[in-house]
Parts: sequence; structure tokens; C-alpha cells
Amino acid sequence: MADATTVRDRGAVTAPRSPFGFGWSWLGLVPFFLFSAAFMFLPVSFLVFGSLQDSAGSMTLQNYRDLSRPDIVNAFANSIEISAITAIVGGLFGFLLAYAVILGGLPSFFRTSLMTFSGVASNFAGVPLALAFIFTFGQLGIMTVLLRGIGLDPYQHGFSLYNKVGLEVVYLYFQFPLMVLIIAPAIDGLRRDWREAAENLGASPREYWRRVALPILMPSILGATILLFGNAFGAQATAFQLTGGTIPIVTNVIGAQIRGDVLHNPGLGYAMAMGMVVIMAISISIYTVLQRRSERWLRS
Amino acid sequence: MRSWLQLRRRPVKGRTERGRQRARRWASLVFLIGVLYFVVPLIGTFLHSIRTRPDIFLAYRQVFADSKFLEGLRYSFVVGVITIVVSLAIIVPTAYWVRLKVPRLRPVVEFVTLMPFVIPPVVLVFGLIRIYSAKPLALTSTNFGSDLLLVAAYVVLSFPYMYRAVDVGLASMDVRVLTEAAQSLGAGWSRILLRVIFPNLRTSLLSGAFLTLAIVIGEYTIANFLARTQAFGPYLSLLGRNQPYQPAAVSLISFGLTWLAMGMIAFLGRSSRQRVQVAGAR
Repeated sequence: MADATTVRDRGAVTAPRSPFGFGWSWLGLVPFFLFSAAFMFLPVSFLVFGSLQDSAGSMTLQNYRDLSRPDIVNAFANSIEISAITAIVGGLFGFLLAYAVILGGLPSFFRTSLMTFSGVASNFAGVPLALAFIFTFGQLGIMTVLLRGIGLDPYQHGFSLYNKVGLEVVYLYFQFPLMVLIIAPAIDGLRRDWREAAENLGASPREYWRRVALPILMPSILGATILLFGNAFGAQATAFQLTGGTIPIVTNVIGAQIRGDVLHNPGLGYAMAMGMVVIMAISISIYTVLQRRSERWLRS
Repeated sequence: MRSWLQLRRRPVKGRTERGRQRARRWASLVFLIGVLYFVVPLIGTFLHSIRTRPDIFLAYRQVFADSKFLEGLRYSFVVGVITIVVSLAIIVPTAYWVRLKVPRLRPVVEFVTLMPFVIPPVVLVFGLIRIYSAKPLALTSTNFGSDLLLVAAYVVLSFPYMYRAVDVGLASMDVRVLTEAAQSLGAGWSRILLRVIFPNLRTSLLSGAFLTLAIVIGEYTIANFLARTQAFGPYLSLLGRNQPYQPAAVSLISFGLTWLAMGMIAFLGRSSRQRVQVAGAR
């Protein structure tokens, strides 16, 4: 029987000296890094090289110059516009929704059902979501027909599911829940003592919000909004199913370029993908910075 | 030095009963608007799915009779399960090792797991096709190779959620103490992982697993570009283009199944100290 009083030293205390300074333990992470390299870094690096090649295979910067083509700029502008609008609207109403169920004095059953539903709805993007909206608000959708029956044809009054605004309305279906899920822990972190202390000093609810709660919540709200932006920017299937590619957004244009739909210039597709990666990387970095700031209050 | 609060000479204004009522009424309004926005498209989908005459449930009958529906679900489910197993096998030891032995590399590992957020699926799949369609690693030319690529891509996609879930779970238990206790009783690394770490991470693993499953079953882009038309995502997309009423039935069924799964996570994680994370994207 093994000697139970002997703590077997597996390198936790006296790590052998290695050229890396923190022992050989990092080798345990090799499988992870190998897998990431093979299936994430390598493909992405191929993108970098592919974007620097033209159709003949020689090195060129033309693809990046082509990024200033009006149709490409238009695609980026569309994507940024749709993502920004859905991020801001989603962030605002998502925050109000989360606040309503957490601090609004509603029965706690509302909160649990909203959280569970948000978990489902934030994943409901893509084909089923587009279809659901087409079935409800499309030209022959249930709601459309209903409204037409009472004389309020939405399509006559300028609404269309198949333009940018329609797409934004659909995107909000997964933006609201994502915001709710991200901001709920932050709202939970607003301690009651802070509110009571403010009230004791004579603050009205509006002053409490303006001077105490919102400043504390602001990093979380901004960070979540940025995440929503990145989320919408990377979405592809939803828009494609809804519009079939008629509204040029970056993700669909990349798909078309590389699939060879129009002019078959994969290099341009890769360059656009690099542009996307840059935008997303900036979003994620800002989000991480804001996240660390907000954790300060949640931890205390 | 007077603070701005002391300069006011009003009576203390806190939350009055009327203020509370007003807040509740306003919160109810917001909640109602939210519920309407979320529920109306679902009702619309349901009503559309029963538009068939004379048998209003014809769409549902056709769906369940369609072999492609069951095949799509089966294929994506199997791919999902394999993805979950591979992902866990990579993430759990890594997260554990990073916490225990190499905490300095933790930001690096976290950054790598966040990268799938930065790389959109359409970009990832093209990179994968580019590399693995040329010899000697011509994976895309065989069905099995493409399936392998699909699993690999999904594992990468699952990294952010899996790692976060496992990390949160590990944070809520004292990894060092547990490890040393197990070691002092003579356990080797594999036994520590299998008998000590994994069981304690039950809730986190479940939530990460369900999320990954939801992502895999609903995923369209990667499956489509890897020519895996038997997967559930492409099946639904094709159905949406060809059939009028069946897609509605399928959408509702998959929505219901996902809600069931999420409800199960919430139910299984209700008593746990670990925060159950169910956020998804796209």
C-alpha cells in the first residue's frame, strides 16, 4: 500500500530549471496549442498569405487597394451600420429588460423564464430565425395578412422585412437576449447598500441612477454593446437566408467572392476577411479592457 | 467642504411606495413589450405551420416522415457529441493545468480561446479548405476527411464557451487543495483528472456541452461550405427554399428542443454554486 504520508512531488514545488524560466510545465499545454495552431492559426495565416496574392499566385498588394472599391466600401459600411444600430438598440432595450426583471419588482418567475429564454433565443440566429420572421412579417406572413385584413398593410406604409431596417429588426432577436445575459450579473452586482446609502444621504432615485448606478454599470454596458457589435458583424446565415445576398454585407460578399459567384477573386475575399478580423479584434480588445474595469466593482 | 448632496435642503427622498408602484408598472410595460417581440414571431411560425388544409398538422407529419429530417438531426447530433468529447478532452486538462502549474500563461490561453469570436466562421472555413484541400493533407476530398474537418472546426468554435464554463467552474473549487489531497493519497494525474476534477465540474461541463450542441445543430455556414449537406443546418436551409410549410414546423421543433435542453441545464444547475453560463452568439 502506498505511503499515505508521502506527498509525491510532481514538480509543483521544485520545478526543474528549463530555458523557459517556469519549468517544463508548459508542455502540458502543448495539445491545446497544437490543436489551435492546426485548425485556427494555420487557416488564418493562409488567409494573410492569400490576401497578398492575385489570381495568378504572385505577390501583390492590389487586393488591399481594391478594398477601396465602392462596392466593397459599401459592404463594409452596411455591415458597420447594421451592427452598430443593432448593438445600440439591442444594448439599450436589453439593459432595460434585464433591469425590469431584476430590479423592477416583478415576480422572480419572470426573471428565470427570461434568462432561460434568452439562452435559447441568443442561439436562435441563422436560418430558423430568418424563416420565423418571414413567416410572420414577410409579404405573406401571418401578421402581415392580419394587419392587411384590418386595413393596415405594413408594406404599403414603408415597412419591408427585406431591406436594412427589416434585417436589423431580425438581428435584434438575438441581440436583446445576449445583452440581457451579459448585463444581468452586472446589475446583480449593484449592491443594495449602495442604494440605501445614497437614499440616506438624500438622493432621489434619479440622482442615485445618474451619480451612482450608471457610472458603475457603464463599463459593463459599453463592453456588452461592443460585444453585440461584434456579434452582429460576424453574422452571416441570417442575412443570407432573409435577403439572399441582395443587401451586401461583408460576410456575404466574402462568401460570394471565394465561392466564385461573380468575379471569382479569392484574394479579394481574403483581404476583406482580414479587414473583418481587424475590426473584430479591435472590438474584442475594447470589450476585454472594459470587462476588467467593470470587474473591479463586482468583486468588491 | 460640502458635498453636492449636503447642499440640498430637501427632505430625504427615498423610494416611496408610490415610487415603487410606478417602477413596477414601468417594468411590467418593458417586460410586456419584450415578451410580445419574442413571442409573436414564434406564434407566426406556428400559425404558418398549420396553414395546410385539410390536415392542419400535415407539415409536422411530413417532417417526421421525412428521412432527411431524422438523418439531419442524427448526423448533427453525433457530430455534436463527438465535438463535445474532443473539446472537453482538450479544454479541461488545459484549463486545469494552466490554473495549477502555469498561471502566467493564463492570459495567453484566454486570448487563444477568444480568437474564434474574432474569426468569423466564413473566414475560418475558407482557411481550412485552403489548407486541407491540397496534398498531403487532402482532407476535403473524402467524406470522412470532411467530417473530421467539421468536428475540428466545431471544436474550435466551442473553445470560448467551453473554456469560460470550465474556468468558472474551476474558480469555484480549490484546485490546489484538491490536487494535493489526491496526490497525498497516491493518485496519478489521469486519476486526478478523471476522478476528482471532472466530477466536480459537472455543472460547467453540462452547460458548455449543451451550448456546444446547440451551436453545432444550428450551424449552417461551415457545414455548407464543407459540403456536409446531410447536416441539420443545410437541411433546414434547403427546406426553407423548397417547401412552404415544413420549415416552420422544423424551426419550432428545434426551438422547443433547445429550450428543453437549456431548461435542463438550469434545472440541473439550480443548486450549484457555480454560475451557469448560457450565453451564445450569432
